[in-house]
Amino acid sequence: MKLTFPHMGNVYIAGKAFFEELGQQVIIPPRCSSKTLEMGTKHAPETICLPLKIMIGNFIESIEKGADTILLTGSCGPCRFGYYSILEKNVLNDLGYDIDFVVLDPLREGLKPLRDNVYKLFKAKNFMDVIIAGKIGWQLIKKADYLIQLSNIKRAYAIDSYEVDSIIDDYYRKVEKTFGQKAMMNLMDETMEKLNRVKIKKDYQPIKIGLIGEIYTVIEPFVNLEIERKLGHMGVLVEKSLTPTIWVEHHVKSYPFGSKTERQKYRLAKPYLKTLVGGHGRETVGSALYYKDRGFDGVIQLLPLNCMPEIVAKSILSTVSRDFDFPIMTLILDEMTGEAGYLTRLEAFVDLLRRKKEEVRYG
Amino acid sequence: MRVKVGIPRGMFYHDYYLLWKRFFDNLEVEVVMSPKTNRDILNTGVQACVDEACLPVKVFHGHVDYLKDKVDYIFIPKFISLYRGEYCCPKHLGLPDMVRHSIDGLPQIIDTEVNLRKSNRRLKKAVLETGRYFTNNPRKILKAFDEAYDKYKQYVRLMWQGVIPIDLVGFYDSQHLKTNENKNSYKKRILLLGHSYNVYDEYINMNLANKLKNRNIKVITTEMIDEEIARYYALKLPKRMFWTHGQRIVGGAFSLIEKKAIDGVIYLSAFGCGLDSVLMDLVERKAKENQIPYTLLTIDEHTGEAGLNTRIEAFIDMLEWRDGDETNFPTHG
Repeated sequence: MKLTFPHMGNVYIAGKAFFEELGQQVIIPPRCSSKTLEMGTKHAPETICLPLKIMIGNFIESIEKGADTILLTGSCGPCRFGYYSILEKNVLNDLGYDIDFVVLDPLREGLKPLRDNVYKLFKAKNFMDVIIAGKIGWQLIKKADYLIQLSNIKRAYAIDSYEVDSIIDDYYRKVEKTFGQKAMMNLMDETMEKLNRVKIKKDYQPIKIGLIGEIYTVIEPFVNLEIERKLGHMGVLVEKSLTPTIWVEHHVKSYPFGSKTERQKYRLAKPYLKTLVGGHGRETVGSALYYKDRGFDGVIQLLPLNCMPEIVAKSILSTVSRDFDFPIMTLILDEMTGEAGYLTRLEAFVDLLRRKKEEVRYG
Repeated sequence: MRVKVGIPRGMFYHDYYLLWKRFFDNLEVEVVMSPKTNRDILNTGVQACVDEACLPVKVFHGHVDYLKDKVDYIFIPKFISLYRGEYCCPKHLGLPDMVRHSIDGLPQIIDTEVNLRKSNRRLKKAVLETGRYFTNNPRKILKAFDEAYDKYKQYVRLMWQGVIPIDLVGFYDSQHLKTNENKNSYKKRILLLGHSYNVYDEYINMNLANKLKNRNIKVITTEMIDEEIARYYALKLPKRMFWTHGQRIVGGAFSLIEKKAIDGVIYLSAFGCGLDSVLMDLVERKAKENQIPYTLLTIDEHTGEAGLNTRIEAFIDMLEWRDGDETNFPTHG
């Protein structure tokens, strides 16, 4: 079994080390590129949302590298992500690829299929093995996310922010040649040390922006056109409302209650949106308020074109913005997004926040 | 003066109008409806709503805007789930919230939550919650609902027998409607797929159903297919369909396509519809497998009528050409 899974930000780093540790052969699709997107758009249904198109591109590229099994998490509504696996299977069959799908559907769809899939993937024989394997995976995910967050902080404060970029690029290059959990942990430690040695400005107070919105567009740097780096180079401190760590903590680790911060976000969203709207719509509204309470200067909502839950959230965010005089910008991403226009909008937004901050400070 | 409740003529109006109207009538509440969609309603809706929403949601905003100064309450129930383990479209889930945050100066919104995902008992709660706005007598509320529900069931059954719902809305008391029309008078049978709020809103779909009828074509819509049958065929999907409307549309289409009971499928979809982007892919594949012609019509606020006409004509011409093809046997006698 040669396992592959679609890209979503740095998930592949933890995923690769984790499955290699369990003795699976893992084939990571090449990092998302315009070629990936082009292939995806060509073969995927026309009106589907962006993540599926990129995933199709990822799959084709990994199949060409020899993968024969695809791992995907599932869901059962109301967001259309739940039907991704079926559509993807159809598209790949059309292209003549014979490939296995392992879809991890939520527990309420039945214990047995989930258990069988997990045992197969984790090469586990009993529940204890699953827990031990899960712990390793959890450590890896946490560390990989922490590293990215650290790089975001350093970039905002660094005297030369491009130094951070080169360290991170170097890290990405090494990841591909690293094998297994221990080596990966060491690599991350090394990178962290390097990041900590980057020279930083003294007495600098950066603008703080929270990234909220649809999970895939927030996490995957190719789709959001490296928004974290772009803002970082403008001296802005960026924090993402959704990371793999937050997702795992909410959906797996604290199952079925949900994690503390996410529950707090539900509570914050309550005056505006009482019930779920699918995807991360409710979390988006909650996150905007969460960042406001934490003293952030503004938030940016990211969504792929036609994302149903985020459209509902967007119409509510305008009221949130008005009620608290809190700047919120929405950026919609699809295969047509042009980088120049995108950058202009980011610069304008950052300028606005700077000016607002100065006004508060100097009257 | 009696209390006035406004029902916007959009979204689930076309499915549940009879139920709602009857229910409020039984509670002695005056029901005010917005008129059929027209240019003004569409324009106010487009202006009020977020740009990214789909056409029916924008139109719905227009209807609410029309009603807001004319009524004491506006009835926009929050449909989360209509069936065990299934959901509605995320935009239905957030519809009252979207409206509330997009339009100023609204009267009180009755946003009863209908969530039957875990159990059907929630329905009773939702009914009571709605009725509480007008009376404190729970028995009266439930009685009003039961009576309305019986009438609604009759209407649904009539549709399953083949009455076109467009003919039916508004005339449901005269039940002498012909259910078995002379089959031979129709040249072709076309399945007009799509959500009720696209298919039955004559303004936004530019009178599509009538255009087909005028060309002597029998139109079948999703609502005319027995729900049980649709659900049975939807089971053939490799994964459980978790949208109630997905079940109806895909299951209904599969049943007619597999029985070869239709000559063609027209999928009417609003631009940006998330459900449709999945459903139409599934239906298209099935139609292709069974060699049933399929076409997709996408509508948005800019659609030009001439282009739509051309596409319908081309599709019908193509169906007629097939008759001359030796390998193509007529599908129904």
